[in-house]
Formats: sequence, structure tokens, C-alpha cells
Amino acid sequence: MARINGIADYPLAENRPDLVKTARGTPLTELTLKSVEAGKVTLEDLRITPQALQDQARISELAGRPTLARNFERAAEIVDVPQDFVLKVYELLRPGRAKTKDELLAAAKTLREAYRAEKMAAFVEEAAEVYERRGLFTFRF
Amino acid sequence: MSDQTPADKAPGDKTTGANRWRRFADWDERPLRLDRFAVEDPANGFAAFHGAKDPKPSLVMEAGRIASMDGIPLADFDMIDHFIAHHHLDLDLAPTAMAIPSAEIARRLVDISVPREELARLAHGLTPAKLAEVVAQLSAIELAFAFSKMRTRKIPGNQGHVTNAKDDPLQLAADAATAVAFGFDEVETTMRVARNAWSNALACAVGAAVGRWGTLFQCSSEEAEELQIGMAGFTSYAETVSVYGTERAFTDGDDTPWSKAFLAAAYASRGIKMRCTSGAASELLMGFHESKSLLYLEARCLCLQRAMGVQGTQNGGIDGAPLASTMPGGVRELLAENLIAVWLDLECATGNDARHSESEIRVGAKILPYLIAGSDFICSGMGSILKYDNSFNPSSFNGEEMEDFLVLQRDYEADGGLTSVGEATALDVRKRAVDALSAVFAELELGTPTEAMKRSVAVASGSNDTDSYLPRDVAFISEKIKERGINVLDVIKALAARGFRDEAQNLLNVVRLRVSGDYLQTAAVVRNGHVVSAVNNPNDYSGPGTGYRVSEARRQELSAIRDVLTREEVLRTEATFAGPEAKLIRYKTLGDAGTTGPKNEIVIGVSPAFGVKLFRTLAGHALSAVLRALSEGVEAKGGVARIVRMGHTADTSFLGLSAARLAGSGIGIGIQAKGTAVIHQADRLPHHNLELFSNAPITSLTHYRSLGENAATYAKGEMPEPVVVPTEGKAMGARYHAQVALIYAIETSLTADGAKPEDIEIAFLEAH
Repeated sequence: MARINGIADYPLAENRPDLVKTARGTPLTELTLKSVEAGKVTLEDLRITPQALQDQARISELAGRPTLARNFERAAEIVDVPQDFVLKVYELLRPGRAKTKDELLAAAKTLREAYRAEKMAAFVEEAAEVYERRGLFTFRF
Repeated sequence: MSDQTPADKAPGDKTTGANRWRRFADWDERPLRLDRFAVEDPANGFAAFHGAKDPKPSLVMEAGRIASMDGIPLADFDMIDHFIAHHHLDLDLAPTAMAIPSAEIARRLVDISVPREELARLAHGLTPAKLAEVVAQLSAIELAFAFSKMRTRKIPGNQGHVTNAKDDPLQLAADAATAVAFGFDEVETTMRVARNAWSNALACAVGAAVGRWGTLFQCSSEEAEELQIGMAGFTSYAETVSVYGTERAFTDGDDTPWSKAFLAAAYASRGIKMRCTSGAASELLMGFHESKSLLYLEARCLCLQRAMGVQGTQNGGIDGAPLASTMPGGVRELLAENLIAVWLDLECATGNDARHSESEIRVGAKILPYLIAGSDFICSGMGSILKYDNSFNPSSFNGEEMEDFLVLQRDYEADGGLTSVGEATALDVRKRAVDALSAVFAELELGTPTEAMKRSVAVASGSNDTDSYLPRDVAFISEKIKERGINVLDVIKALAARGFRDEAQNLLNVVRLRVSGDYLQTAAVVRNGHVVSAVNNPNDYSGPGTGYRVSEARRQELSAIRDVLTREEVLRTEATFAGPEAKLIRYKTLGDAGTTGPKNEIVIGVSPAFGVKLFRTLAGHALSAVLRALSEGVEAKGGVARIVRMGHTADTSFLGLSAARLAGSGIGIGIQAKGTAVIHQADRLPHHNLELFSNAPITSLTHYRSLGENAATYAKGEMPEPVVVPTEGKAMGARYHAQVALIYAIETSLTADGAKPEDIEIAFLEAH
């Protein structure tokens, strides 16, 4: 049985609380002010999970928004990518930051191999192809 | 003529010489003339709809793949073409969609029998040039109507700016709380000094937690820092991810479609709502317009945003709105690009932020289509603070003009997302926010604002009124927050520890939204503790009675603006004048009025409620003083005044005519309690009087005296200089008619058919 039965499941926090859990598996109902005060809740517990993004992607798909779904799928892949590396890839994708196509391809390889971010890796590889054709590997500052 | 005579230089002449219609000099002084306008010049990018090099819509497929799009062969695709072709176009649908004539699609956009979903789906197969060609065929009213039909979420909303010129965190907290009270669904801040970002974010997050929960909050700053502030949990959305319609503008903006799309995914991966920004004329401002129209370039931006998979856009000129508005059709173009945005199924925060004009008329006219059509966020955002405190620049509507917006909502019974806030509530939430932030500062050892600082902020309209933190103080606070890695949980705990449990819970609720990601869906806001988006609250407009309708409860909220007249209040106010008048004048009814008198007799016919239930004119003159002025005027010109109260009418003309028919001279004065007066003659038609004093609110006692003099002069068969009451161009109806109608109803309620006029004897009880 599919996790998401239809867009009537949305909002998931209200209609499918069984599906909504933190990275440590804590249900939403346990993220109370009392548990925050008791120090039982960390910022880690207030992060979205890859599964939640997959579920939202499914909702987007069912609501007729396939491109939004693709974004959520790419996002799901980089939830666990450390912030430094996320910012590094973003920086590399900006014009002229990578001086060669290989730098981007290397970042894609890391995304694929270290983080199993297959879709995001392919996305970065696509950028590398286009940047090369449009001459973006050039001096900017 | 070089030797101007002094006579040519009238007072107020703008020294432009006599050979000019002076109206132009008047016009020169109006705020409108601070706006500059530009000639249409398509080759140089100054064209709203029809650029010199706009391509014709086209899509050529070969073996199931795109060979060319909008006249550009695959091999020549720039980054934007490539991204749109690969990530926006649905190739199964595109050949069929592109084959439909643009005029036919335009017709469907305004056809209530063609469902929104069908058109949104069709857009997946349309190229930028096609989208632009379709919407260009719609008039301004059709654009607004189609926008209303096509926008994504059913219930409209609004976004506010909360910033101040000092980056004062206390004021940010107070103003954020106020913005929440007014009903903004989103609040956006930015800084005067970049390093103050963390302090701004913390302060607004605390302020926005006062009163209710669910207002989403963003801190516009440098991309990487903004994401870090978001990860610390202070902010819940981002919208400064700009895209551009030409490749050179895009790279000069230091990004590419892939870097921005990566950022979009990064925000989603951190559970933060995000929309892109694009707007007309940004490419023109950046010097890379490619001789293309504003609309075509925006169509590219919007296809790109849908291709990137962002849920929404801040769109409609935005920072380019003032430039777009210098062109013929520029403001219509902003509507057209917003229509493309929602047609592409994107949440749309519809600009109306960077003020496009110094003319209040242009600003009011610009907002109207959005207000009556409804929008996901009518402004992106409205300045909830005063103009000088807006660190983004003044918006179309600002703290100064918020009440104008509230009244526009009431005028049109249109929901612009805001609700009036009473004075007591406003002060309460401001104090609460200041106290809450002070508690957090104390608990986290970030500072100890004095009582004087707190008090000055709570009552301040803007930062000029405050005696609080200065930007340098704030920089230290902001650095501490950043260095010590203080995050939203620390703030929640601090609030709870210091007794601000409601605020702690509210703030936690907003951060908890991330776990499910429900608010990442298109056009999501939080209303009454529930996520409401285009998924569970889709715009289902299909004609009258469908789509968003203002409920009766909401209508009451929209109606409840400040300081509204009621009949009871008018009567209560009138009653307070009764006592003082009783000390100044006594009326004695003598019985049925006689019909003759001496040749110099002027009858003053007063209305039924005159001195009985009503005691002052609209100009505020005691009726005793008015009667004294009239009588003295009559006597000054050799007349004798007789006072008669009419019971059969309260109408000025008939009061005057009836008085004239009773007067020995055949000249009568009719006067209502509110001060409207007439000089009449016995043998004239009812509405063909000698002189009329219709503007009671500006009629002075001197005027009433002159009126008495003129009546006596007419009685002598002479022709006086008519009394002219200067109107000074005031909108008298707006200022007085509600009160007039309520007062006049009191007069008419005392009339009786056939009631006989009665002679009145008056005695003035105090010396003049």
C-alpha cells in the first residue's frame, strides 16, 4: 500500500500524523514545550526528513505540480548533506566559481557517491554541460 | 514679450511669464510631477508588451525532441532556454498546446466555464513567447479578472515589512507583534547594517510570537547567511532568490538557473518555505535587456521558476516596478506578468511593494485590481512601519497609509488580508513584545534595556520617537547571537523560563512546521493554527458565488474600522450642547403664526428640531449665536425680525418660502438646525430662492449676519451683493454627510403634515 493515499492526506501533520516523525523517529505530538524545557528536544528534532520531503513530493505530484515534486525529491537527497558541503556546491554552481567543468563533475561525484544524491548529481552534471557550452568557466573576480 | 508689466505677475505666479496657461504651473507642483516618464523605445528596452526583438511563439519537435523553441534553434539555446526546455515544457502536451491559437487561449482565461486546473495544465506545454502573446491580448480588466480566476490559493493574504532605521531589536519586536495583530501572514525584515542580521531575526521571531501563532517570518540577507539563520530556526521562509530573463543579467546577478535551483532545493531540505523573485525591468536596470519587452522577459523568468520547482514567486515589477511604470502600459504589464505567474500555478506575492509613484492616486489605482481580485499576498510587502523606517525602501502602502488600505477593504468588501486593531490592543501587544524580548535578552545575557527604552519603543510610531538601541549596540548583540550559536530552542526556553509561555509555545509551533513540511506546498500560510495552501484550499472560482467570498464574520471585521459614527453617538453629542444653550437662549412658543406684519418685517423660519433637539450648526456655532447674528443683520439694515417655527417641513427651501409668505416684507429666511439657510421671496417658486447657504460646515457667524442684512435689503427692494461662502474645494460630502443624514433624520421625525407655523419669542440670556 502506498504511504500517501491522495491529497486528502494533506496536511500530513493533521491528517496523517502517523507518517510525520522526526529524524530520531519521535512523533510530532511529543515535540512539546515541556520536552523542549526538559532538554529532550534538539534542533535536530526540528528538521525535516528525507521521508517527509518524499511524501510532500507525492502530494505535489497528485496536486498536478510535477516540477515542485522534482524539487522536493532533489531536496530529500540533500537533507543529510552537511551544511558546509551544501554551501560549497551552491558556490561552485555560481558563475565563474568553477574554473573547469571537472570541478563541477567532482562535486556531482561526491553527491552521488558520498550522499547517494543521484538526482542532484545528475542536475549538477547537466549544469556542467551547459556551463561549458555557454562559456561560464571564466574569470569573474 | 520681454518687458513684463507688474500686472502680468499675479500673486503665486511661478515666474513662467504670462504666456502660459497657469494650470500647467499648478500641475508642476503636484506630487505626480516628481514621477518621471519615459518614451516607448523598444530597441532600447523601453517596451512593456512589444519588444523590438521579442520572438514569435513556436516549438519545433524532431523525433520526440525539441529542435527549436520560440524561434531559437537548440544549438543556440542560452542557459535560460535550456532550463525551460528541459525542466518546464511537458513534451507530451506541448505540440497540442502550442497549436491552439493565442486568441482562443486568451478567451479561455476569462471564460468562467473553463476550469482553472485545465488552464494550469495547459501552461505546462506553452513556451514563454506563447504565454506572453496570450496575456498581451487581455485588457486591464480582463487581466485582473483572469488573475482572480487563476490565482492558486482561495483565501487571500498579505505580507508586511518590519524594519527600522536603527535596527533596534526592541522596536522590531514591537512592530512584528503589531504586524501580526493586523493580520499579515508573512513578515519580512532586513537590516541597515548587514551584521545585524542575527539580532533582527531573533527580535522579529520573538515579536511575531505575540498574540497568535502562524505568521511566517523571513530575514532578507546574504544568501549563505540567510540559510544559516533559517537553520538556526529563527526564520520560516525566504524570498530573495532572484531570477532574470536574460543570460547576461542572470550571471551579472552572480547566479545561474542551476545555482538558484540548487538553493531552492537547499531551502526545502532545511524545511524552509521559499519563493523566487522576479519582476519587470530588472534586466533593463542591469543593462542586459536584449531589446526584448518587459513581458516576454518576465515570461522567461516565470517559466524558469516553475522549471526550478519553486512553489511560488514574488513577482510584479518588484524593484523594477518604478521603472516599468515609466512606460506606456507599464502598470498593465505588471498585472499581465502576475497573471502568467499564477497561470503557471505559482504562489504569487504580487509586488505592490517598491512604491512606483509619488502620486497617491496612482498608488491607489495600482492596488485596486489586486485588492478586488484577491492575491496570495497582495503586497510583498506592505510597509507596516513608517516610510523612513523601511529598510527596503518605501512601499506602495506604509505605516502612514495602512488605514487607507483598511478603508479600501471596507469600501469594496474585499479581503486584503488585514484587520483593524484597536488602540488598546495595539499598545498591549507592543508592550508584551518588548517585555518578551527583554526577558530573552536577560535570560541569554544579551542585554538589559532600561524601562525608559522599553516605554519609548512601546508608544513610538517610528524610530525617530525612540530612545533605544542604536545600530552599533545592535552589532554587538548580533555578533553574540551568532558566535554563541544561539538558536530558536534557546529562545523558546528563555521565553518559557521567564513566564512568556504563550509566546514560547507559539514560536515552537512555527518551528515544528518544518517536521512535516506541509507548509512547503504551494501558497501555504497558517490560519487559525492550520496550514492552508493551494493543495487543501485551492481557488475554485467558476463564476458568481464561487471562489473566495467574504463571510459575514469576515465582513464584520472588514467593516470595523476606527471612529465610525452611530446615531446614538450623534444624539449623545447633541445632547451635551443642550445645557449650555439653555443658559444662553430661551424659546417661548406664542401660538399660531400671524400672516401679516410691517413692510420691513423679515420672518426667520426655523426647522422643527431647531433649539429643541439640536443646538449647534455643523460649523459648531451655537444656534443662539446664529439667531442673534441673523437678527442683528436684519436690524442693521432697518428690518424687523420675527421668528417662526415650522412644523410641516424641515426642507430649507420650504422653510424659506413659508417664512417669506408670513412676512410683511414678503422676504423670509429659512434655516435648519444644522445651519443650512436660504433667503426666499413670497412670490417665487420653491427652489428658485434669492440666496442659498448650502455649505453649513463652513458658514460663519459673519456670513449669517450678512445673510440677515441682505434679507432686509431685499425687503427694501434693493439688490445687495450676494454673500459668497468660499468652499475651498473641501470634500464636504465626505466630511459631513453621514452626520448630516443622521441629524436631518431627527428634523424630519419632528415634522407633521399640515402642522401650523408657530410664532416664537426668544430671549438672549447673556450679554453679547
